[in-house]
Amino acid sequence: MNLTLFLLALFDGIAYAALVFIVAVGLTLIFGVMRILNVAHGSFYAVGAYLTASLTTFIVSAGLPPIFSFPCMLISAVLVGAVLGGPIEWLLLRRIYHKPEVLQLLVTFAIFMILEDVQRLVWGTQPIFESTALQLLGTVRAFSVNYTVYQLILLPIVAVLLLFGLRFFLRRTLAGKLITATTEDREAAQAIGIDADKVFLLTFIVGAGLAGLGGALASPTTSILPGIGADMIVLSFAVVATAGLGQIEGAALTALLIGLGRSFAVYVWPETQVLVPYLIMVAVLLVRPEGLFGSPAARKI
Amino acid sequence: MKKLLMATAACITLPLAAFAQDKPDAIKVGVTAFLTGPASVFGVPAKDAAEIMAEQINEAGGIQGVPLELTFIDEGAGTEVLTTEYRRLVENGADAMLAAISSGNCKTIAPLAEDLKVINIMWDCGTQKIFEEDSYKYVFRSQAHAGTEMLATVAYLLKTKPDFKTIAVVNQDYAWGRDSWDIFSAALKALRPDVEVVGEFFPKFGSPDFSTEISRLQALQPDIILSTSWGGDLDTFVQQAAQRGLTEVSTFVLPLAESSLERLGSSLPSGHIVGARGDHYWNHPERRDDEDFKTFMAKFEEKTGNKAIYPVFHMSQGLAALEAAYDKAAETKGEGWPTEDEIIAAFAGLEFQGLGRPVTLREDHQGVEAQLLGTSVQAGELPFATLENIMIFDGAELTTPVGEESVAWVGALQPGWVDTLTVDTYEN
Amino acid sequence: MSIRIIIPVILLVLLALVPFAAPALQVLLTLALAKGIAVMGITVLLRSGQVSFGHALFFAIAAYGGAFTLMLMPGADLVIVLLLGITAAVLSGVIIGLFVARYRFIFFAMLNLAFSMIFWSILEKFYHYTGGADGMRLPRPTVLWMELERGNYELFMFYLALALALGLGWFSMRWLESPAGQLFRTIKTNETRLQYLGMSPQRVMLNGYVLSAMLCGTGGILMGLVQGVVTPEYAYWIRSGEMVFIAVLGGAGSVPGALVGAAIYEIVRTYASAFAGDVWQMVLGVFLLIIILFAPGGIAGIYNSVMVRIAGKREEDE
Repeated sequence: MNLTLFLLALFDGIAYAALVFIVAVGLTLIFGVMRILNVAHGSFYAVGAYLTASLTTFIVSAGLPPIFSFPCMLISAVLVGAVLGGPIEWLLLRRIYHKPEVLQLLVTFAIFMILEDVQRLVWGTQPIFESTALQLLGTVRAFSVNYTVYQLILLPIVAVLLLFGLRFFLRRTLAGKLITATTEDREAAQAIGIDADKVFLLTFIVGAGLAGLGGALASPTTSILPGIGADMIVLSFAVVATAGLGQIEGAALTALLIGLGRSFAVYVWPETQVLVPYLIMVAVLLVRPEGLFGSPAARKI
Repeated sequence: MKKLLMATAACITLPLAAFAQDKPDAIKVGVTAFLTGPASVFGVPAKDAAEIMAEQINEAGGIQGVPLELTFIDEGAGTEVLTTEYRRLVENGADAMLAAISSGNCKTIAPLAEDLKVINIMWDCGTQKIFEEDSYKYVFRSQAHAGTEMLATVAYLLKTKPDFKTIAVVNQDYAWGRDSWDIFSAALKALRPDVEVVGEFFPKFGSPDFSTEISRLQALQPDIILSTSWGGDLDTFVQQAAQRGLTEVSTFVLPLAESSLERLGSSLPSGHIVGARGDHYWNHPERRDDEDFKTFMAKFEEKTGNKAIYPVFHMSQGLAALEAAYDKAAETKGEGWPTEDEIIAAFAGLEFQGLGRPVTLREDHQGVEAQLLGTSVQAGELPFATLENIMIFDGAELTTPVGEESVAWVGALQPGWVDTLTVDTYEN
Repeated sequence: MSIRIIIPVILLVLLALVPFAAPALQVLLTLALAKGIAVMGITVLLRSGQVSFGHALFFAIAAYGGAFTLMLMPGADLVIVLLLGITAAVLSGVIIGLFVARYRFIFFAMLNLAFSMIFWSILEKFYHYTGGADGMRLPRPTVLWMELERGNYELFMFYLALALALGLGWFSMRWLESPAGQLFRTIKTNETRLQYLGMSPQRVMLNGYVLSAMLCGTGGILMGLVQGVVTPEYAYWIRSGEMVFIAVLGGAGSVPGALVGAAIYEIVRTYASAFAGDVWQMVLGVFLLIIILFAPGGIAGIYNSVMVRIAGKREEDE
């Protein structure tokens, strides 16, 4: 493997990692705060992608400039968070916080199953491809290989902004501090007058919105069709567990690890590509049972 | 009112029907197709088509005067549900079954049908192994298998691009992707031993991202890129390749792209090789002026808003095979309703025609189906690519002889074999 | 005899009569019993408070073990296939158990998930040996060296599954009450206490883990033999999720509940996909939500509360 190929694999890995991070960070945020492993996260991802594609198609057919496809992504993410995530937390999850975590997990599993069919009823079974946003940005050439600006430059920038934005939000803003406090100790937080219900609702909306954003950002690069959510969940689970639950910076690093591992696998030994995320996860957990960045202190989960 | 009329008609014809021996009220047929999951891109149009066709058959008086009644099973619900439902339909008196889309399901169902003693027409699955590894009494295939389809693809490639030097493959990582490449590469090795295979990629089934493969392919710059992928995978691969200019550098050979043409829109540029798993194309050059073809295509477009794709043709062949077998059995018998054994006997050497050229069944129950390939062209009249330089190959010359194993047989072909084939060429 | 015992006995008798009374249900219930045995594995684990999202792994390993046995030894008898399949599941249970026994909760679930997904990928990758996504066939074996027609074979498999379900169910309940089982359940209530007792929680966990692997394996090989085919989907995470789903439906921790849950699940799923065509997932999802929200004790919970009410009424009458 020469330097050129090494760099090519690096570029591909980073582009892929960016997308994985954006999806996984929402999952890890929800888990960190609410201690719920949200299987429906994959559905939020899928709905985000579908919504963006529909909105963009509408905008293009209405004759509006294609640049509006970017706001469409944000709108979809907000819609997924507010219209889907909010009511789900409020109507369903809120009723099961005191129940064993396996039941909580199964509730999200049930939501996932329902949303799978809802997607099919709304958007049909035919794959949808809507890449206006991606085509708008064009391509760059590196080492005689074309990359899309969207994947190579925009997605990593969004991922980095998101990482620092979330850090800032959680540490510097009041809402973020409330979330952090509730994460640390729910009873104590309630004792000093924090409305834990509101914090949970907010967290779930933000987390679902991030999944929707992930789907929205992925939509111009890939076919959207039934089943895309299921694959994304397993991958995000791998990222979250490897990173340590609730670790935002950890999720970023793990996503990078998995992204690079995957792209180098394609160059060195393509047959192992699928195995890479799981192998990394097993290897990490066997050495560090609490994940790369998890704190070893046993938490009551 | 209509109902009342029909009821009256039924009352009048009922005593007449009683005279004909054991004529059933309906011919019950179970059809398995993916209604959920990624392969529903094939299953849903096929179901729509089957409903139109059943309606057409019944409007024309049914099969031998008996209406056709279809029940659908979702292959996407998993093997257990599929086999349970399959049994249930058979036990409830299904006269014949049309199964399945997935090769894995065909492998499961072929021995099951044999045990349940029900006629099963494999209407869409691609694996060549079923009749090569076993022989069946109740199982028939109304279409070609992977061997024929891949060989036709190699033949078209060699005829249109005789001078290519390098090839890379990007197939889905499951049985179809692997099997089709085994046959394709064996044939290529036999017919053009000098061609170098520069890359073999098997990204996982349903992969949302081929960026890394595309980067590598751009670095490798092969003359030809083969992909037998389908559905969302194929769409994603071609779109991502087009976005990054790979379609300008290499010629793509896409044996299943006929089913993606409309969805790919302008992303599939001119000059790439498109196949259709048989002589299936909404603008079939030999059939497009036929009345039955035009009527059906109009109905299908009206119902679904899309052009018909190959599973629609496969469905038409499956139903045509069934109808032809009943007709032939009834004719042979003369009077009375044919028994199941008589219908099975009728399948021997049966010739039937769906929306493509006529198909014949060999003694091993394998269908011999013509193969159509073409080159994509963005002609500008439609918002998606159409085909030009269409070649229709005769199926018999491309199908592994009875009793031989496909990979071994294609591997023993001699260079120059391609020139011996019967081909009809059409400009578009 | 109390009504609490009479009802299960009546149900069992009805079940044993199914091949004669309702032959259409026979294969469906064989599959349900096979799944039920596998779900018992999850149920056992639930008693230690642990959930595995990868136990389909053992389900698949046993079925593939059986398929390889039949491929390498054509004409192998059912007994051999069954035993070798289960052995494969137990062995892999020991090996993987050694790794995962020290993990708890979400990490336990995730690690199991990872192992099952690795196995799934391997099944898909090494398709020259495993048949890839098409899977492998399990041609009908001889039963005690006798050739059986499909009809008789299926009848035999039904009673075999029923016998295994009862036998293994009884064994699991006895085991959970045994000293080893009591220790195992302590992992849920107070793991630290185990350590104070001088026990190794890992060892205790491993025991239960291997039992659960064995149960899942038994279910898997039965399923494979009845279906006549095994596909990588046997190891996929959705299958693991489905097992947990059934365990909760039956009543988390209730061994008989696992069997009843599997039967109900299988029937709902089959009829949902037969009559609700393309929305069967939604039907199942809603069904699951209703159970969790309104009857979190599952079927076992509903049954118990009904029994308590009847018993209470009786006392009032007396």
